[in-house]
Amino acid sequence: MTKDTKNPPIDRVDGRMKVTGGAKYFAEFEMPNTTYCVIVGSEIAKGAIASLDTKKAAGAPGVLGVFTHQNMPPIPGWDAPVQGNGNGPPPGPPSGGEKYRILHTNKILFYGQPMAMVVADTFERATYAASLVKATYTKQPHQTDLTKNLEKGVTPKGPRFEDYLRGNADAYKSAPVTLEVKYTIPIEVHQPMELHGVLAGWTGDDKVMVYAKTQGVKGTQKSVAEAFKIDPNNVHVHTEFMGGGFGMGLRTWPQEIAVVAIAKKVGRPVKLVITRNQMFSLVGHRPTTVQTINMGADTNGKLVGLSHAATGETATYEDFTEGTVSMTKFMYACPNVSTKYKIVPLDRGVPIWMRGPGEATGAFALESAMDEMATKLKLDPIEFRLRNYTETDPEHNRPYSDKNLKEAYQKGAEAIGWSSRKAEPGSNRDSDWLVGYGMSSGTFNASKGGATARAVLNADGTLLLQCSVTDIGPGTGTAMTMIAHNVLGVPVEKIKVEYGDSALPNSPQQGGSTITSTVGSAVHQVCTSVKKSLIDMATQSGTPLAGIKADDLTVADGFVSADGDSSKKVAIADLLKKANLTTLDKTEESKANGKPDEQKYSMYSFSVHFVQVRVNPSTGVVRVSKAVSVADSGRIISPKTAASQMIGGVAGGIGMALTEEAVIDHRFGRIVNNNLADYHVAVSADVPHTETIVIDKPDPYINPMGAKGMGEIALIGFAAAVANAVFNATGQRIRDLPITPDKLLRTA
Amino acid sequence: MKDDEINDGSVENPGSSRRGFLKQSSALAALAMTPPAALTAVEKGLDEKLAVAFEQIPLKVEINGAMQQLKIEPRVTLLDLLREQLNLTGTKKGCDYGQCGACTVHVDGQRVNACLTLAMTTDGCKVTTIEGLAEGGPEGKLHPMQEAFIKHDGFQCGYCTPGQIMSAVACIREGHAKNPDEIREYMSGNICRCGAYSNIVDAIMDVKQGGAKV
Repeated sequence: MTKDTKNPPIDRVDGRMKVTGGAKYFAEFEMPNTTYCVIVGSEIAKGAIASLDTKKAAGAPGVLGVFTHQNMPPIPGWDAPVQGNGNGPPPGPPSGGEKYRILHTNKILFYGQPMAMVVADTFERATYAASLVKATYTKQPHQTDLTKNLEKGVTPKGPRFEDYLRGNADAYKSAPVTLEVKYTIPIEVHQPMELHGVLAGWTGDDKVMVYAKTQGVKGTQKSVAEAFKIDPNNVHVHTEFMGGGFGMGLRTWPQEIAVVAIAKKVGRPVKLVITRNQMFSLVGHRPTTVQTINMGADTNGKLVGLSHAATGETATYEDFTEGTVSMTKFMYACPNVSTKYKIVPLDRGVPIWMRGPGEATGAFALESAMDEMATKLKLDPIEFRLRNYTETDPEHNRPYSDKNLKEAYQKGAEAIGWSSRKAEPGSNRDSDWLVGYGMSSGTFNASKGGATARAVLNADGTLLLQCSVTDIGPGTGTAMTMIAHNVLGVPVEKIKVEYGDSALPNSPQQGGSTITSTVGSAVHQVCTSVKKSLIDMATQSGTPLAGIKADDLTVADGFVSADGDSSKKVAIADLLKKANLTTLDKTEESKANGKPDEQKYSMYSFSVHFVQVRVNPSTGVVRVSKAVSVADSGRIISPKTAASQMIGGVAGGIGMALTEEAVIDHRFGRIVNNNLADYHVAVSADVPHTETIVIDKPDPYINPMGAKGMGEIALIGFAAAVANAVFNATGQRIRDLPITPDKLLRTA
Repeated sequence: MKDDEINDGSVENPGSSRRGFLKQSSALAALAMTPPAALTAVEKGLDEKLAVAFEQIPLKVEINGAMQQLKIEPRVTLLDLLREQLNLTGTKKGCDYGQCGACTVHVDGQRVNACLTLAMTTDGCKVTTIEGLAEGGPEGKLHPMQEAFIKHDGFQCGYCTPGQIMSAVACIREGHAKNPDEIREYMSGNICRCGAYSNIVDAIMDVKQGGAKV
């Protein structure tokens, strides 16, 4: 089978495990004598602990230890970087602030910062004891409001974040039609359904078992090994199933390291499952970001100039950066483009990439502005995009490896019924509701990293695949199965995939829409190697296939057979027997593609989102009544799980557009809606039936499968499609997410 | 702004008072009955262990068809009992505040949030978890709703899935699955952050229309 064949939809290979409760997540593994850890967080945003009374907690029933900065067991690698998760040390703080080390000093750098970790023999006892820890503080004034600190913005180090300019930065000003607008997004928080935490137990003086909630077991292994200055081979990390990540598992969090240290001290395994409240302060968030777009176009609808400036938050103790302005540099044909990106250190916990990451933030601004300009030009928003369509990447002056965005626009428009859209905003009414249509595009870098995979073909025709990659939900195991099936012809039900364990061959962390490309390439390569060995064995002299070229042979269903003459075939089992082998066992490393800047082609995945909204002008309620998302991300390996990624992006996008906002009470520097009743993620009633369309054409350059990622593009741009549809329905342009009823009623 | 101090003025925790009372009363009871062992225990500072013994209450509950005779602390939730003591980890802890539905189980046929249910309140009840949904057990033939979730890919990470399935079965049994809109309304207590709602609704409609016994 070749990459030119579309793949059939197959059921998720771990489906049965997930529907029976058999899939085990980190907190569900049994370690004898496990103890329970509960974190006591600070009640101020900045200052110092003046006093910490742990006596009552320490004396409470079942308590094995109350750990604070005063008695925390040493972590030998504290002075070595422990937080880079395999990507090197974290960048230093931009403002010269100090690094954050958990339970290290009495200084408080953000609200909810762990002050004490209480360990007891049951969860209930640990929780009760934690309630007895009392602190007094020396408070210092804190800064948690980005909008009041914009002037403190600094440009992060590194070429990716330098100010960008092509042509003339001021060109937009003299264009016939101009637009100068500001967009803001609030703090959003990942909130996967599984609570974060870790379960760790030492099995020797320098050996530890860690059940983690991580998007990369190898990264966690490295972090723990560095923190405790032990051999990485002595750190066993397991995360076969992860109950959602969306980016929050892309690093090892300080409390994970603390639990490993405490487990050593108490001499028993320690389980930490943080509370849903703590999920708002201890494991990152999408940073609130303020953006301005300045755009100029001529009367023919051609962009003359485009400027995009973004300022997002980071922590005082660590830089956080993302590609907020990336898309603006290459998405449209425009001779004059400038971008600026800055970060502002605040007295808050550090952000972490959240699905789509900065690109989703940036796309909200850019794709809203494109809609605003189309309105000024009295052009259909699709037509405006087509007039500025580019077949070559204007940032790097080179072709895209593959881009089918025009086809995506057309297919999406047909599916949503774009022809029903009325150009005049507010003119489409259905009884009490105003109806509107909106669209947007998204894009994200497509890459291929390095990974290693093992394939073991058994005489009984079954195949075992191994790689340490974590499957946080997109269906990595299913995609790997499909790739192996395509190369070796082993029926999917005879393929077993093992993953999510640091003892397995190397994989990067699951993030940045790269795993199908990266690990998929390794699986493809090792299976191709197995296939080559089989063919070599099958074509030796004296066999029915002797002398036949490899290209004229097919490996499928347990046989190597000659194309066009099915009578000429050899059973794989016989080949192994003849060679005195019980298995054919190979491990191969697939190399990363070179640096993006050194490539001949620009490689991106693209998406187009269409929505129909219904807005009630009396209440300001917005309902997304139809949604269509189109993905142009190369060959689709696993159509069923890929479609689920796309509909998941729609649900996440509806939340981003309409409901999600973590609200800080700046008097105290804390998030007040730190639970799922008050921080509104989309629920079933918010999400309509969602149609997904895939272009499904192989990218000829990225990897042997022609497959590109789609996890990010499923979300990137979606919020703009909703905002644009709300404008079409009502004539009201909301530039400040989320689009809540109060904003529509205020501007009505 | 000058530095200032805040003190939350911590008061005696009502929980510790209650515990104090229990300790006292258990010691008094021990004195009244004058069992020498109990007296010695109090003298040696082992009153805590005595109090703990008094705090364990008996619980008789049928879980997935098997009768369980347990002794538990009254503050243990059904969710933590299942996950931490009975190793029935198919029921998930998503929020512990009754806001997400990941811990949905059936108690006497009704869907409930196990995190908001004190285990002791299920005394004499029948509890069904995801592990007990399929008649043939976890290795046997799947329940039609489990089959439908696989067929329609009604999940990604799988963490909310047991709760979704338990809720979906109850949704049909309650008569709240007449059409997709009604399903969306009556399934909105179960959050899926991966956003598989569209497929979940399809799965429930499929089971409903298939007419299989749920």
